[in-house]
Amino acid sequence: MVTLVLPRLISFEGTGRRAASVTERNIACLRSTYWIVLLSGFLEPVLYLFSIGVGVGGLIGDLALGDGRLVGYAEFVAPAMLAASAMTGALSETTFNFFGKMKFMRLYEGILATPVRPIEIALGELAWAMARGVLYSAAFLAIMVAMDLTSPARALAMLPAAILIGFAFGALGMTISTLIRSWQEFDLIANGQFALFLFSGTFAPATAYPQWLRWVVEVTPLYRSVDLTRALSLGPVGWVQALDVLYLVVLFAVGLSIAGRRMTGMLCK
Amino acid sequence: MVAASYVLEYHLVNYRRTWRSSALSTLAGPLLTLLGFGVGVGAFVSGGVDGVPYLDWIVPGLVASAATQAAFGEATWPVMSYFEWMKVYFAQAAAPLRVADILGGHLAFMLFRILVSAAAFLAVAVAFGVVHSWWAPLTLVVALIVGLAVAAPTVAYSAVIPSESYLAILMRFALLPMSLFSGVFFPVESLPVVLRWAAYALPLWHGVELSRDAMLGRAPGWLGLVHLGYLLVWCAGGCVLAHRLFRRRLVF
Amino acid sequence: MDALIHARGLVKRFDDFTAVDGIDIDVRRGEAFGFLGPNGAGKSSTMRMIGCVSPPTGGVLRILGLDPRRDGPAIRAKLGVCPQLDNLDIELTVRENLTTYARFFGIARRVARQRAAELLEFVQLTERADSKVEPLSGGMKRRLTIARALVNEPEMVLLDEPTTGLDPQARHLVWERLFRLKQQGVTLVLTTHYMDEAEQLCDRLVVMDGGKIVAAGSPRALIERYSTREVVELRFATGSQQAYAEKLAGLGERLEVLPDRILLYVADGDEAVAEVQRRSLDPAGVLVRRSSLEDVFLHLTGRTLVD
Repeated sequence: MVTLVLPRLISFEGTGRRAASVTERNIACLRSTYWIVLLSGFLEPVLYLFSIGVGVGGLIGDLALGDGRLVGYAEFVAPAMLAASAMTGALSETTFNFFGKMKFMRLYEGILATPVRPIEIALGELAWAMARGVLYSAAFLAIMVAMDLTSPARALAMLPAAILIGFAFGALGMTISTLIRSWQEFDLIANGQFALFLFSGTFAPATAYPQWLRWVVEVTPLYRSVDLTRALSLGPVGWVQALDVLYLVVLFAVGLSIAGRRMTGMLCK
Repeated sequence: MVAASYVLEYHLVNYRRTWRSSALSTLAGPLLTLLGFGVGVGAFVSGGVDGVPYLDWIVPGLVASAATQAAFGEATWPVMSYFEWMKVYFAQAAAPLRVADILGGHLAFMLFRILVSAAAFLAVAVAFGVVHSWWAPLTLVVALIVGLAVAAPTVAYSAVIPSESYLAILMRFALLPMSLFSGVFFPVESLPVVLRWAAYALPLWHGVELSRDAMLGRAPGWLGLVHLGYLLVWCAGGCVLAHRLFRRRLVF
Repeated sequence: MDALIHARGLVKRFDDFTAVDGIDIDVRRGEAFGFLGPNGAGKSSTMRMIGCVSPPTGGVLRILGLDPRRDGPAIRAKLGVCPQLDNLDIELTVRENLTTYARFFGIARRVARQRAAELLEFVQLTERADSKVEPLSGGMKRRLTIARALVNEPEMVLLDEPTTGLDPQARHLVWERLFRLKQQGVTLVLTTHYMDEAEQLCDRLVVMDGGKIVAAGSPRALIERYSTREVVELRFATGSQQAYAEKLAGLGERLEVLPDRILLYVADGDEAVAEVQRRSLDPAGVLVRRSSLEDVFLHLTGRTLVD
């Protein structure tokens, strides 16, 4: 009975295939220059790691963690850069590029004339953003291991965490894209992203912030992400990290459903 | 010269319509950077650098860096758009303007934007109480020179590339590394030799050094003349190249 | 009951603006059906509802016997859509535009490649298969969009102003391809504001104005009903039209004074011209022509500019 009725009610049949066809379209677009742009995205966190982590780290020396252990500044910054790059990768594909395809290229209007539904476009684009993000994360983790900033086992544990962070920010980015009206508003997003990047416990422990700022920071998505990757990289892992995971999963689910609904509203007027 | 001022006027009229949306970034950028790196990270740099607190040390570098960021922003997407999408340059070329007027007018507008960005940074720095020397306003002159040294060759680049992907490539492979390794955040002396020479070769480091001398009220000495001369070579070379490439696109 | 489109009292409302105001339509398999009307008449809104990308605000709409609200994907699987503005994928080549689009319908890659080759042949773009979309001319882009709409071998093709903005050669090429499709049994539904296009392609059409259907039938039937058999166009010296119009009173069914000429709607043009000469009016130019859909259209929707 359930198997008979359920597909008619929500009809997930074919959703996976149709979402995959949207991802496939992006793969077909890969050309020589776009490849370089794609690969260059991975460079950003690495450059920050060397400049701030290693360069400024040379001026700082060791840093005391909450439990009193001393770690090198680069070791402290590296897991945060991983989380930040997962965020940046996911957001660049789901905000700027997604918005361009939706408003400027009218790409989705063409796709919606086929059996593909708005939510399937969202899923397909998200899968694509994630494929990109996983590539960056894996490469960055390899560098961390090579520089002896973490152990191979811990790096393996951080990869799924980075993917989850990517999914959460990807869904958030799509929601934002459906709310934006013009290119100018991307300046706002860029500023917000930069603020998150600077103040999510990335370059200094949150305990160093004034009390009020600390609690604001604690609830932002990048802070929760950094908390997760840093715990996996430097230990110890506990209940707080389980909460981090839950937070990111909820962000993903809520973001995706809002994005799907708003896309339907915008494209199927 | 007069004709170029008409072109500048066009860009200013345009700017009057859009300045609000860019005003936030112009102020928020410096504020966030100063708080995040200067105050946040600076708290852990216990010894300071070159005998001054880290915040004081980093601010002049950030002013020069902000100038190059603004220069890059104005010399890339707008230039490409004026050729490829909005065709503004072609419309201007249909009027009795010379290529030099079109290019000169736009570069003048870029200098204006660079000045605004650098001044916003300086204002924020004053508010943070890190400006101690009366020579500090000279950092704005340095910002204009290093800004043009970056803007002119970038304009040339934007005039010839076939797709906007190349702008992202320039940003990631040139602007970002230059911003991060030109002695803004830590002294270039701690870089490996090869990277140090790369920093010496690019314009930003020279601007950072001059800017730091001005802000901290130090005498730049003969090395200051070398920095200045080198930056002017970038400016002149960039302008000549840009003019040649503009001519190739506009007059045929 | 083989109506591919069945609409009763169909309504589309945006906030307080009613784009489509209760229309009834039945489109039969294999026919070419046209929506005629000035800009803003509600043609495109109707097309979007038929294409299942715009939920109706009210009324009954069934496409291919299915409910667009519930069975959107199943209906769209059997439709081909050629929108008013080409929304081709500018990041892909001509061929890739067809193959990736086929994948959205779940068509196997091998089949998609083969079909792309056939369609490129059909719309005469084989030589440009590996070119990017951007450098193509307007006519080529439009042909590619039509090819894309055929990639799933649709039962019905929706064309929103298929030849707007094309040069005469390109228009005739598009018409010829659409005619071939019709011969192959594909149902065509198109909007247009070109009367010659409607007369060339449509078996039946409706004229829309202000969201309503103001006339329906075959092109011939509409002409017979809303116009006379022939039209006489008379030119007089500039400024004297009104004076002559009074002298022409009683001639034909209807008379229309335009800035540059006077139109007489009559059953027999030659007889009317003889009468004009009998009243010793001496026009600078005389033209007798058959009545066209354009006369019907202007009669029904007026000469005033709508946008």
